[in-house]
Amino acid sequence: MSDIALSPGAAPVAIPVREILPWAIFGGLLLLLAIYFIGAEEGATSLIRGMYVHEFVHDGRHLLGFPCH
Amino acid sequence: MVGKLLLRGMLVGLIAGILAFAFARVYGEPQVDKAIAFEEQKAQAAGEAPEEEIVSRTTQAGIGLATGVLVYGAALGGIFSLVFAFAYGRLGSLGPRGTSALLAVLGFVAVIVIPGLKYPANPPAVGNPETIGYRTELFFIMILVSVAAMVAAVGLAQRLWKQLGAWNAAIVAALAYLVVFALVKAALPNINEVPEDFSAMVLWQFRVASLGIQLVLWAVIGLAFGAVVERQLATRSQGGLARRYA
Repeated sequence: MSDIALSPGAAPVAIPVREILPWAIFGGLLLLLAIYFIGAEEGATSLIRGMYVHEFVHDGRHLLGFPCH
Repeated sequence: MVGKLLLRGMLVGLIAGILAFAFARVYGEPQVDKAIAFEEQKAQAAGEAPEEEIVSRTTQAGIGLATGVLVYGAALGGIFSLVFAFAYGRLGSLGPRGTSALLAVLGFVAVIVIPGLKYPANPPAVGNPETIGYRTELFFIMILVSVAAMVAAVGLAQRLWKQLGAWNAAIVAALAYLVVFALVKAALPNINEVPEDFSAMVLWQFRVASLGIQLVLWAVIGLAFGAVVERQLATRSQGGLARRYA
């Protein structure tokens, strides 16, 4: 029995959701904010005044497929 | 556990971003340059003053592009690792590498390919500045609906698995996803802001380059992430099972 359990082909064990949730909420939120700055800041909406962020990541924004002016 | 996965996901994403940046420099930038040349030519013909340059073209195509693609890559890798944490061990008997590769394929289809068929990437000079808010809204709605439909389709495939077998369950789920896409595609408004005299060749090549950048990102993340977490998860499942049978 233990031979089967310890073999590398053992069935994958899921990670409990309660263990994932805090990371998913805080990490996920920060990462989405990063994508927002690359993809949409100073375009459709703006948190910072001016056009510097928009112009700086301009080429990446177009090439990554985000709508741009 | 999850923190480790997240960190590895972001690192893999960063590496994918570096490769995607190289791809973008070679295949994407020439198209961006041609589109901007077209834009300037049009403005000049209309007698408008040339647009004030806040950031130079060299910066935009160099450090600016690198920043954009690398941050996007790292963020994508991080989010990918969080989705992986949910999916691993819940998709039949797929191991770490299989789960990672499958997620990347499904994610690439749901986030990039399918929404891109409705609202494709556009080079500079294509797109009216006044409709940017509207276009951005539709773009994200399309992605949200597509991802939700894909999650539902995966759930459907899992439910049908026992009755129909793996292949037929996956085919039924894929068809269900395509039906949702066809309905949403018909329901959402079309956008065509390509100027009449814009080069079809530049537009095509720009869109192929844009798709290629995404393909590099998702392929590298999907293949590399599974490889770098394989060992971590193998020891975990052994430890877990050993405890269970102790």
